[in-house]
Amino acid sequence: MQRIGVFVCWCGSNIAATVDVSAVSEALSHEPGVVFSTNYQYMCSEAGQNLIKDAVREHKLTGVVICSCSPRMHEMTFRKAVASTGLNPYMVEIANIREQCSWIHKDKAAATEKAIILGRAAIAKVHLNAPLTAGQSPVTKRALVIGGGIAGIQTALDIADAGFEVDIVEKQPTIGGKMTQIDKTFPTLDCAACILTPKMVDCAQNEKINIFAYSEVEEVKGFVGNFHVKINKKARYVDTTKCTGCGECTEKCPMKKIPNEFNLGLDNRRAIYIPFAQAVPKVATIDPDHCNMLKNGKCGLCAKVCSAGAIDYKQKDETIEREYGAIVVATGYNPIKLDQYDEFAYSQSPDVVSSLEFERLTNAAGPTGGTLLRPSDGKHPHTLVFVQCVGSRCSQEGKGKSYCSKICCMYTAKHAMLTREKYPDTEVYVFYIDVRSPGKNYDEFYRRAVEDYGVHYVKGMVGKVTPRSDGKLMVQASDLLAGEQMHIEADMVVLAAAIEPDKSARPLATMLTASMDTNDFFTEAHAKLRPVESPTAGIFLSGACQGPKDIPDTVAQAGAAASKVIGLLCKDQLTCNPCVAHADQLMCNGCSSCEKVCPYGAITYEDKEFRMPDRTTAIRRVASVNEAVCQGCGACTVACPSGAMDLKGFSNSQIMAEVDAICKM
Amino acid sequence: MQDVKTFRPKIVAFCCNWCSYAGADLAGTNRLNYPADVKIIRVPCSCRVNPMFILRAFQRGADGVILCGCHPGDCHYSTGNYYARRRMTLLFSMLDYLGIEKERTRVEWVSAAEGAKFAATMNEFVETVRQLGPNKRLEDLRCKK
Repeated sequence: MQRIGVFVCWCGSNIAATVDVSAVSEALSHEPGVVFSTNYQYMCSEAGQNLIKDAVREHKLTGVVICSCSPRMHEMTFRKAVASTGLNPYMVEIANIREQCSWIHKDKAAATEKAIILGRAAIAKVHLNAPLTAGQSPVTKRALVIGGGIAGIQTALDIADAGFEVDIVEKQPTIGGKMTQIDKTFPTLDCAACILTPKMVDCAQNEKINIFAYSEVEEVKGFVGNFHVKINKKARYVDTTKCTGCGECTEKCPMKKIPNEFNLGLDNRRAIYIPFAQAVPKVATIDPDHCNMLKNGKCGLCAKVCSAGAIDYKQKDETIEREYGAIVVATGYNPIKLDQYDEFAYSQSPDVVSSLEFERLTNAAGPTGGTLLRPSDGKHPHTLVFVQCVGSRCSQEGKGKSYCSKICCMYTAKHAMLTREKYPDTEVYVFYIDVRSPGKNYDEFYRRAVEDYGVHYVKGMVGKVTPRSDGKLMVQASDLLAGEQMHIEADMVVLAAAIEPDKSARPLATMLTASMDTNDFFTEAHAKLRPVESPTAGIFLSGACQGPKDIPDTVAQAGAAASKVIGLLCKDQLTCNPCVAHADQLMCNGCSSCEKVCPYGAITYEDKEFRMPDRTTAIRRVASVNEAVCQGCGACTVACPSGAMDLKGFSNSQIMAEVDAICKM
Repeated sequence: MQDVKTFRPKIVAFCCNWCSYAGADLAGTNRLNYPADVKIIRVPCSCRVNPMFILRAFQRGADGVILCGCHPGDCHYSTGNYYARRRMTLLFSMLDYLGIEKERTRVEWVSAAEGAKFAATMNEFVETVRQLGPNKRLEDLRCKK
């Protein structure tokens, strides 16, 4: 018989307001095996933990039940406290009477009754707990960063700084991500390229960093410390070791009319191209969908002009297999498609552009060389209308996003300010719902746009944009503060499109078994306390894949993710989860049912000699579990027809005991 | 027969540790109400739930059993919820044959972000079971002490 101690937490008034904690500790003190029962204000506090430790020693407890918040919150805290007394940490069970009781029920009697039943279930379970010892598994001292934008670059640089190897996988031909397309950055107005490209070069030159550009993650297997990843390195049809990035081929290629993705289709590129002058790695890539040689076998001009002999039309996709200890997701974001916004005439008029397109139109390295010209006729626009929250904070089902995209207010203020600075003769209107400028020097920045640069900020939404035959755009809007309708003859309209996670994030999350929220942003292990870790061990989050973020926040989070990765890679051995499957070999009949359902291949079969009752020996084929590989899902325990498989910590008898305790009432 | 208005069903909810248990926690964090009749048992994965546990629950007097796991494709262990789905489809149709109405058993996918869905599901499930009244079919009176 176990000697069980019950500790009921008040959690201040979080539990005590709806659950009669002294009634709970009193009721549970009469349960079989309970030799000590008490309640205390904050069990997780140092005094509370000491209370538990003292009781374990004084009453020689062999099992501990804590009625408190969710085990997802403080299970580790209490296990550590108990372990310090010499009792096995897995002799602790938690009854969740906060998240799953006091917080959701208003009726005190019902909540108290439920808390007692949950306590009984935990006591029933702890009676059957057995001490467990965690095994150790080695750590591969290399990290994988998926996504080579500013988030991925910063994470990789920080990890490499600590002396660990890092691989960056980027699906585009160059690293750099969205920040390469941006002209200037708020609130300091320094040029994005000036602060980003040196970091890109650092990545390329750092001997600890290995860049797999134009590559995608194909398969992820394994677990924390021991991930096995397959990376598909797409064929560039250019030998990257030979290509010098001179660009000769990109000028001679006869396929001229291919929309340039880097400039968002505002100009054209060739079939062989280098995305932009500062690309890393700076090598050419052949677009197989448009190359005449690859499609029809006719042309070969680039091979003729390449003095380095780097063109290789026969190149094939290559699969690289690597081992990693940790994986950082930095897949970033994309602006939403604006095709469905007919009211803003985005598809009808080339002069209605998204903010990122506007960014390219004002960028010195963009299609117009930094001169702001209307895409339709190349003339200088005199009246510009900026529309905020296009698709953000949208409650309409199926259209737009419910969340705030966070960055739009600030970059629109930047666009408006820069336009007024360069072209003081322009009139600039910004239509907004609210201006959100929390951040260091952000509100000051916005105020400058209004006060110093004379940007017309109008609270209200634009109802309709109608292109006129003379090339003007008629903007109908409402000014909510003045309470009147506005009609503006604009030359250009700029839409601040909502941002959404990159499309590659969803399949990646499935591969990594990392969870996502309803908007496909990756979820963090704890919103406040573990913001850069995924709930899946060994997977870390960096940048906008976790939620909309501006560059300062992204860089801060990237560094935080890197420090978590470094903390993991510094360890030589990781403590495994001891709640793993276990085969009772006497009961096993070697049927292989468990092996078939195991997603990790943790079950193997061995021929083992058994002593039979009649003193003969027999060799039988029986299952055995590799405890370092088993992740403890329990699929095998149900598949086993003879009941030989069981899961430590969640055994058949333990769960049955919980069921019994709950149904007893 | 107990009055429908005062009848309080015994509901056992098996929740997987990674999605649904976290979803239930989120429902708590957001203070979303559902009846106290629901008692949650934490399991590592929905595939850990042995049909025996559910039979046991009904034998011991449960009026409804619900199993919650990660959405298809999102299982922490890749495929566990698919096993759970197949096993429960089979079990529930057998239970239906034995006279335990299909409405008393359910499998739901609740992610860690779906606190609202968890609370709504529980409210709806408890109400459904309440309307059906107490379960007598598999109940083993010898277990009632």
